[in-house]
Amino acid sequence: MIKGNFIDNLPKVYGIYTGGFLAFIIIMAIGEQMGMTSKAIGICFVAFTVAIYAIIGYLSRTAQADAYYVAGRQVPTVFNGMATAADWMSGASFVAMAGGIYFKGYGYMALLVGWTGGYVLVATLLAPYLRKFGCYTVPDFIGTRYGGNLSRFMAVVVLTVASFTYVTAQINATGTIASVALDIPFQYAVYVGLVSILLCSMLGGMRGVTWTQVAQYIVLIIAYLLPVFWISNKMGAGFFPHFMLADEVARIGELEQQYGFVKNAAADLKSVPKGLAGITKAHSAVNATPWAFISLALAMMMGTASLPHVMMRYFTTPSVKAARKSVGWSLFFIFLLYSSAPMLATLSKLSLIDPNLPTGIIGKSIADVQAIDWYQNWNQANLMFVSDFNGNGTLELNEFFMGGKAVVLATPEIAGLPYVISGLVAAGGMAAAMSTADGLILAIANAISHDVYYKIIDPKAETAKRLVVARVLLVVIGFAGATIAALEIQGILGSVIWAFDFAMSGLFFPLVLGVWWKRANKEGAVAGMFLGLVSGAAYLIWVRSGGSGFLGITQLTFGIFGSFVSLVAMVVVSLATSEPSAATQRMVDEVRVPSGKSILGKQH
Amino acid sequence: MSKQAQHWEKTRGLLLVTLAIWFVFSIGIFLFGAEMESITGPFGYPLTYWFTCQGSLGIFVILIFWFANRQEKIDEEFGFSEREDD
Repeated sequence: MIKGNFIDNLPKVYGIYTGGFLAFIIIMAIGEQMGMTSKAIGICFVAFTVAIYAIIGYLSRTAQADAYYVAGRQVPTVFNGMATAADWMSGASFVAMAGGIYFKGYGYMALLVGWTGGYVLVATLLAPYLRKFGCYTVPDFIGTRYGGNLSRFMAVVVLTVASFTYVTAQINATGTIASVALDIPFQYAVYVGLVSILLCSMLGGMRGVTWTQVAQYIVLIIAYLLPVFWISNKMGAGFFPHFMLADEVARIGELEQQYGFVKNAAADLKSVPKGLAGITKAHSAVNATPWAFISLALAMMMGTASLPHVMMRYFTTPSVKAARKSVGWSLFFIFLLYSSAPMLATLSKLSLIDPNLPTGIIGKSIADVQAIDWYQNWNQANLMFVSDFNGNGTLELNEFFMGGKAVVLATPEIAGLPYVISGLVAAGGMAAAMSTADGLILAIANAISHDVYYKIIDPKAETAKRLVVARVLLVVIGFAGATIAALEIQGILGSVIWAFDFAMSGLFFPLVLGVWWKRANKEGAVAGMFLGLVSGAAYLIWVRSGGSGFLGITQLTFGIFGSFVSLVAMVVVSLATSEPSAATQRMVDEVRVPSGKSILGKQH
Repeated sequence: MSKQAQHWEKTRGLLLVTLAIWFVFSIGIFLFGAEMESITGPFGYPLTYWFTCQGSLGIFVILIFWFANRQEKIDEEFGFSEREDD
C-alpha cells in the first residue's frame, strides 16, 4: 500500500491531505457559526489530527531494518525537507518563540539566526558525508569511523543526554496542549500526548515518523501562517505582513519612548503569578551586546549541527546529492515559520499597547480591562495578569503581564478572530511538539537498539529480534520522558537550549573532524566526547549554583566552553597517539567522494 | 596530484567560501548591530532588525542551494557524481 507507487504519488497524496485539512477547518468554522462550543471545536481539532497521524503511522508499519532505521533511503528531497522542518520545529518554536521575541526583542532573535544558520554547517560539513557513509544512526558513524566499542558507546551517551533533555520538554508541551484542548488534568494529558507520539513511530520506525512528520508540517505551517496573515489584515497592517510592518515596528518604538520602561518594585512583582512577564526591553532596537548576541547564535548553530535527530533525517534521502539539496529545502520550510514569528510578535504587541487601536489596553482603566472577556479567560488560564501598582486607576505598560505562550495562543482571540483559529493553533502546537518528540525518542531508541544492543551486546541478533528491542526501547524511553515531564521541572525553552549545548559539547568536533581531519583517531574522539560533555555539564552546574562564569558564557551558551575543551582534547590526544590505520584513512577518502558504494552495507 | 586529491582540494575551497559568507551573515554583521540600526533596510525596517528576522535567514537558504549546486558541479567535473538510479 505504501511502497514504490506511494513515493511517486507523494505530491498527490499530500495534496489531497492538505485539501482535506482545509476542508476540515471550514467545516469547523461552519460548526462554530451553528453553535458548536469552543470546547467541542478544540477536541475535534486535536482528536482529528492525531487520528490521522496514527493512521499514517499504522500504514507505514514495517519489518525491515533499513525501512525501520532510515525509511528505506527513498525519501525525496522536498518531502524530507518538510519532515526535517517538523522534526526541527518543536513545541517551543511554535508556542514560545514569538513570545520570547515579544518580551526580549533583539537579544532573543539571536535564536532565529542561530537556529537557521546552523543548517549551513549541516549542509557543508556533515550531512552529505554521513549520508555517503550509509550509517543508521549518528553513533554508527562515530563507532565505524573511529573504531572500537568505547567511542560508539560514548557517542550514545552524548546523544542520550542531549536528546533526553530535549524530549521531556516536548512531551511536556504535548501534555500542556492536550490538557487545555481536551480539558483533562496535566498529569494524565502527558500520557495522552505520549500515546499519540508512540502511535506514529512504533510500527513504522523512521518510515512511520517520516510520513507523519510531513503531515504534521502541513498542519503546523497552516496553523501558524493563517492567523498571522488574518490578524495583519484585520488590523489593517498590511495584507502581506512580512513586507509591510515597518510602520508598526516604528510605532512600537514610539510608544516605548512615550511609556518608558518603568522598573517595578520587588514587592510589587511578588504579586505577579509565576511565569508571567512584562515588557521590559525594546522591541526592535539593539538591546544586547554584540557578544551576548553572537555567542548565543553560535552555540545554537553548532548545536544544530550536532543534534542526532536532525542529522539522521538526512540518512533517509536516496543519494548524497539529494541530502545536500534536502538541507536547503529543510531550511526553506523552517524559514517560512521563523520569519513569521517576529511579525506575530509585532502584531500582538501593537494590538495590546497601542491606545489608538480598539484592542489596545494600555491607558484604559484597570476595571475596564478586567471586564474584557478574553482577559478573563486568559487570566483564568494563568497567562495574563494586571495590577494597579501605582494606584492611579489606569493600566500602565509596566502593570501588564503575560505568559510567553500567550502571544501565540491568545493573540487570535484578542484580535477578534473566530474560535476556530484557536482550535487550529492548538492542533498546530500539538503537531510541532509531537513531530519533534517522535524524532528524538526514535533517535535515542535507535541508538541504543542498534549501537548498544546489536553492535556491542549481541551482533548475531536477527532482524526481527532487533526490531522488537527497538520498539520496546521506544516505549520505555517515551514513558521515562513522560514521567519526568509530569514532574514539571523546568520551562519549555530552557531545557531546549540546554540540549543544543550538550550536543555541541560532546559531538560537534568528533563528527566534523571525523570527516575533515584524517589524523583524528579513536583516542582523540573518545577524549573529545568525554571531556567535552563533562566540562560542559560542569560549567552548567557551576553557573547554576551561583558561579560567575567567564567570558560572558552563560548557562544558555555553556556549549561554547564544552566544545572548546572537546576540540583541544581531541587534537592533543590524537596527535599524542598513533595515527589511524591505513584502512580507516582509506575509508575517510571514500566518504569524501559521493559516487561509489556506501561504507556500511545496506543491511548492517 | 591524484584526481581524488584535486577533487578534495576544490571541495575544501568551496567549503571555505561558503563558510566565509556564512560567517559574515551569522556573526560578522552582528558585531555592528548598534551601528546598523539607524540605517533603513529593505521594506523600511531598521537594517539590524531586518537582518535578524528575514535577511540572514533568507541568505542562509539561498547559500545552501548555491553551495549544493556548486558542489554538484565539482563532483561532475571529476566524474564523482552518483548515477541517477542510485
